[in-house]
Amino acid sequence: MSKFEPVLLRNRGVKDSARLSVYESRGGYQSIRKVLNQSVDEVIEEVKKANLRGRGGAGFPAGVKWGFLPKDRTKTLLCVNGDESEPPTFSNRVLMEVDPHQLIEGTLIAGYATKSQVAYIYLRVEFHEQFHILQKAIDEAYAAGYLGKNVFGSEYSMDCYIHRGAGAYVCGEETGLIESIEGKRGWPRIKPPFPAVSGLFNLPTVVNNVETLSCLPHIIERGADWFANVGPSHSTGPKLFCISGPVKKPGCYEAAMDITVRDLIEREDMGGGMLDGKKVKAVFPGGVSMGVLTADELDMKMDFSDPANYGLLGLGTAAAVVVNEDTDIRTVLRNVAKFFGTESCGQCTQCREGTSWMYKIAMRIEANAGRLEDLDILLETSRNMGMMPGLSICGLPDGAKFPIETVVSKFRGELEERIRSQSSDVKEVLESYR
Amino acid sequence: MSWKVLDRMTPAFDANAEPLITPEVREKIESYFPRYETKRAALLPALHLVQNTYGHVSYQAMSEIAEVLEIHPSDVLDTITFYTHFWTHKKGRKVITVCRSLSCEVCGGAALLKEVKKQLNVGEHETTPDGEYSLVTEECLAVCDHGPCMLINEKMHKRVRVEDVEKILSDPNNDKIDYERSDLFDPPAMKPAEVYAAAGLQAHKKDSSNSAVSEKPQGE
Repeated sequence: MSKFEPVLLRNRGVKDSARLSVYESRGGYQSIRKVLNQSVDEVIEEVKKANLRGRGGAGFPAGVKWGFLPKDRTKTLLCVNGDESEPPTFSNRVLMEVDPHQLIEGTLIAGYATKSQVAYIYLRVEFHEQFHILQKAIDEAYAAGYLGKNVFGSEYSMDCYIHRGAGAYVCGEETGLIESIEGKRGWPRIKPPFPAVSGLFNLPTVVNNVETLSCLPHIIERGADWFANVGPSHSTGPKLFCISGPVKKPGCYEAAMDITVRDLIEREDMGGGMLDGKKVKAVFPGGVSMGVLTADELDMKMDFSDPANYGLLGLGTAAAVVVNEDTDIRTVLRNVAKFFGTESCGQCTQCREGTSWMYKIAMRIEANAGRLEDLDILLETSRNMGMMPGLSICGLPDGAKFPIETVVSKFRGELEERIRSQSSDVKEVLESYR
Repeated sequence: MSWKVLDRMTPAFDANAEPLITPEVREKIESYFPRYETKRAALLPALHLVQNTYGHVSYQAMSEIAEVLEIHPSDVLDTITFYTHFWTHKKGRKVITVCRSLSCEVCGGAALLKEVKKQLNVGEHETTPDGEYSLVTEECLAVCDHGPCMLINEKMHKRVRVEDVEKILSDPNNDKIDYERSDLFDPPAMKPAEVYAAAGLQAHKKDSSNSAVSEKPQGE
């Protein structure tokens, strides 16, 4: 195996890497110059050939997504999804901090390929530092003539604005994001129509993730064949992996999609092993909504297809959180259940009620008041509220199902043991989690 | 939280009150219009601006924003109640946001939150009696590699240990940021005293020499 060379994070550690002059001195903004001399179809073909699958979680091929835009459209909008609310994901944050111009160049390439006139970068409001860095980069790009009218002196014009969110997980769902930009509650829309046909302001809209767009300059620069040859054929290209929790070196690392969860935790150039020599109890390898792995399942490959073999929803955001042997599995269950109970947008009854009841049950189990039948209630509830059984508008309840279902089924022995041996005095539920 | 009732303690609407939104703020809201196809789309930017200027978004502010955006005030209320970031009643000068995601919790996030509550003697969504701090929690602040973490206004405090809390809270500059900021959603040039007066707060003696733009008094 040839040594992997990082490209997305190649400017990490370079002084003032967020500045336009530094980005350009390291070869930046050459791909967009090349693209502006190509036809739109050539660019789309190149991205399709690279088989760039969306990095936001669903893994849908970006080139194919662009292909859904109607041919006879007059105006197109591009939304850049920087909502990044999936715990414990922070790869977009790192990309925007280190290399905002890489994102702007990728946005320009995607904008050109989709003939978009305006790009909205949707940033979650908690990204204060990233907002200021990115806004400064956009100002620099405007001043240099790289954004706005006739970019790089070409016929193509594109404006780029940051739209800040206000604290809602569901705004990372593409139609929720669109509603939020329109100034409404971030309630996902019923599809079809898909955004490509009728999205933001009822215009054809493309929504792409920050990391997906950051790959584009490199695909253009090095060619689709280079990209397609990094990693396995179904999961091509370099990918950012996040690792957090009690490991020695939590952080964001770039690799091909041929690594395993164990590599991510233990490799010296990644997580560096468990802190204080503790044992792994559980790992959520792709963001909490993808589900959990036990310590015996760490050989799962971090690619788009292997997670399904372990009962997970998918690769998700490829952000792993490790739970060590000291943590009570009931705490983990309550934490993830609370997340979805809080973040359900409340539109679909099954999700609103299902997620909040799962949270209440998980809280009860944690507070020493659990019953054995609660575990079956959790399983039944989690299976009966999502998009997959056709009961909800968006995928949030499916994301809520997988962690609950996998924690309950994979750690059933421990949960039952805890419930059987729980003391009779019902612990005051943690004040902070009421 | 769609299913949990939260008392937002919004003060009653006084139809006879003086206009709150100054021409400068109005002008800045209108400057967002060319970015979008509809005026309503400028609502989130407008709410950020108004909250940054006055500290919170009162019913009166909602009604005046509605007028600028040419939508019904109930549309503004509808949107504002969905997002946890906006305050409809007075908040402290500094808002502490503690992360409660799984990554932070397995690294000691629950103990951190407990300690902050203890030190400030407030619960979630509460403000200290001197109006200095408000405390909230948020799902995942996306700094999982440095957990447990908390925000004080715009300043991210990383890897906060329980024993550090006292020191951080007693530091008057604990919300100072060390990078260049964009003033896109900052209050338009107003004297600090005006901003404080509009928000019903007393100006800090220490901060009185700074301008409102460079030294944002309200934070987000």
